[in-house]
Amino acid sequence: MRTLTMAEALREALMEEMARDPRVVVLGEDLRAAAPFGITKGFVEQFGEDRVLDTPISEAALIGASLGAAITGMRPVADMHFADFVTCAMDEVVNQIAKVRYMFGGQVDVPLVLRMPTGNVKGAAAHHSQSLEAWFAHTPGLRVVFPSTPADAKGLLKTCIRGLNPVIFFEHKRLYKVSGVVPEGETLIPLGQADVKRPGSDVTVVATGWMVHRALEAADALAQEGVSVEVLDPRCLAPFDKATLFASVAKTHRVVIVEEAVKTGAFGAQIAAWLAEELFDELDAPIQRAASEDVPIPFSPPMEEFVIPNVGDVVAAVRRLC
Amino acid sequence: MPSLDLQIALLKTMVRIRTFEERVRDLFAAGRLPGFVHLSIGQEATAAGACCALRSDDYVLSTHRGHGHMVAKGADTSKMMAELFAKRTGSCKGKGGSMHIADASVGVLGANGVVAGGLTVAAGVGLSIRQRRSGQVCLCFFGDGAANRGPVHEAMNLAVIWKLPVIFLCENNGWASTTSHRYGSSVADLAVRASGYGLTGVVVDGMDAMAVHDAVQVAVDRARAGGGPAFIEAKVVRWQGHYEGDPQGYRDKREIADGKARCPIHRLASALMAAGSLGDEDVASLWRAAQDEIDGAVAFAESSPLPAPEDALQDLFAGC
Repeated sequence: MRTLTMAEALREALMEEMARDPRVVVLGEDLRAAAPFGITKGFVEQFGEDRVLDTPISEAALIGASLGAAITGMRPVADMHFADFVTCAMDEVVNQIAKVRYMFGGQVDVPLVLRMPTGNVKGAAAHHSQSLEAWFAHTPGLRVVFPSTPADAKGLLKTCIRGLNPVIFFEHKRLYKVSGVVPEGETLIPLGQADVKRPGSDVTVVATGWMVHRALEAADALAQEGVSVEVLDPRCLAPFDKATLFASVAKTHRVVIVEEAVKTGAFGAQIAAWLAEELFDELDAPIQRAASEDVPIPFSPPMEEFVIPNVGDVVAAVRRLC
Repeated sequence: MPSLDLQIALLKTMVRIRTFEERVRDLFAAGRLPGFVHLSIGQEATAAGACCALRSDDYVLSTHRGHGHMVAKGADTSKMMAELFAKRTGSCKGKGGSMHIADASVGVLGANGVVAGGLTVAAGVGLSIRQRRSGQVCLCFFGDGAANRGPVHEAMNLAVIWKLPVIFLCENNGWASTTSHRYGSSVADLAVRASGYGLTGVVVDGMDAMAVHDAVQVAVDRARAGGGPAFIEAKVVRWQGHYEGDPQGYRDKREIADGKARCPIHRLASALMAAGSLGDEDVASLWRAAQDEIDGAVAFAESSPLPAPEDALQDLFAGC
């Protein structure tokens, strides 16, 4: 079995889909130079300038143009550069992309993927570190995908590019260089299927993105104490796989939700609400959450590390239950 | 000399738009239509002039004041009226209404509830046309209010650097809702901003359908031949309020009277009659045909069913 980094897996997925379908084009800032994360390295040489489109620093135009192309026969994959910059194109994402199909009574499909390099990267601070996935899960009409492994990233991105619906595709910047096993050849992962990253019996830890890795570390540590942790990665926030979550919690009867987003109004609050509404009788203890403090991500490392949940925070949350 | 067929097509289109809009005005005043509507009465020449310069497979991005654009591009007025009546048979199955009306079958990719919401989308349509080498063009209507929003700048810059076949047509009616163009814009002629993008801005009398048509035709021919985008500003007069029911206390009534004195329909009809091309009865029959069409549209809308409440859960995603 071969291993790839997540950046390599995403690059392979994009390359395969561009080779497969001439309607697929990539748009964004610095794509030809493959800056800053290297995903599109070599693309312009292979696919030409017509399909590897560098845009000026014009986020609204990047996203609006992707929509215009998507509803008239293309399959654009737009690169937000840093997820934080989507704020400069929120009308295009929230009012236009998410709504045109519905507003027009289903007259158009919107086969569009918006790649969002997200989350903390050391010292990037407030404008380059946010975890904004809840905003988009809160917007009807969008698919929201957030893989945590190279194999999931590849399989999900390929599925999204072949689909007919707009996808906000979060890629954690801390995970670009993290390696994992990626199967050779065609791999497609359906949307809306959670994945149990580690089976366990005492408590379910639901985590997304980089936090999946911290949850797995915490599970290792807790195993030394005899606590068996099941780590569940939803992989997609919309559509969300409630069935797998509920099956896990019905087994463990305890749940911790871990995410990098600031706690108030984060997607984990929605997961907690579903459990409270629909699975209350299965819970033997209060739902626990570990999320970032409700502040912008600060620059200085001690503050940055304090704000974002770490392995110790996950361990502590589990210990409150067991 | 312009062809008689074209002039008659322009006149007929304007008469159909006027008839549609006046009927909507009356229906809305009578409380028959939910929501709110923005009418283009008096501005028919821009819709007709521009769309008569397009092929049937060309695209149009419209605005919140977009009924005329739809009619001119060939949308079915029965489905349009049904949409305004919020019926299941409407252009958008009752999900869009006046401000989000669209008919992709004739290339109208939507009105827009967000001022300037269509310009960046138009750039993307232009990109798609270029990639597919389809020879189409995309015409994007926007207003003087939209001209002061940021996405206009981004869209025009992108269209120029990528040489996209997009015609940006500003309908400057002098009012961004209740804020005057004179107050809200840095320049009297918005077309001068075109030079900031390396384009030659064109100003036309938007109350003259032939003038609009000719200016748009030049831009369309150039764009189709690979010459890139264009920026045209059509000066028009909004006869109605920003929305139906707007008391317009902010506006000098003489401006509206002047606009009515320059009625684009009267102007073209008079010219054709003076030239002996049309008689009184020819013009009257255009109005009668339009009345019959809109009578039929209203009857269709009235007799159509409302959506089922749970239809609200359909059409969000493809394949679901």
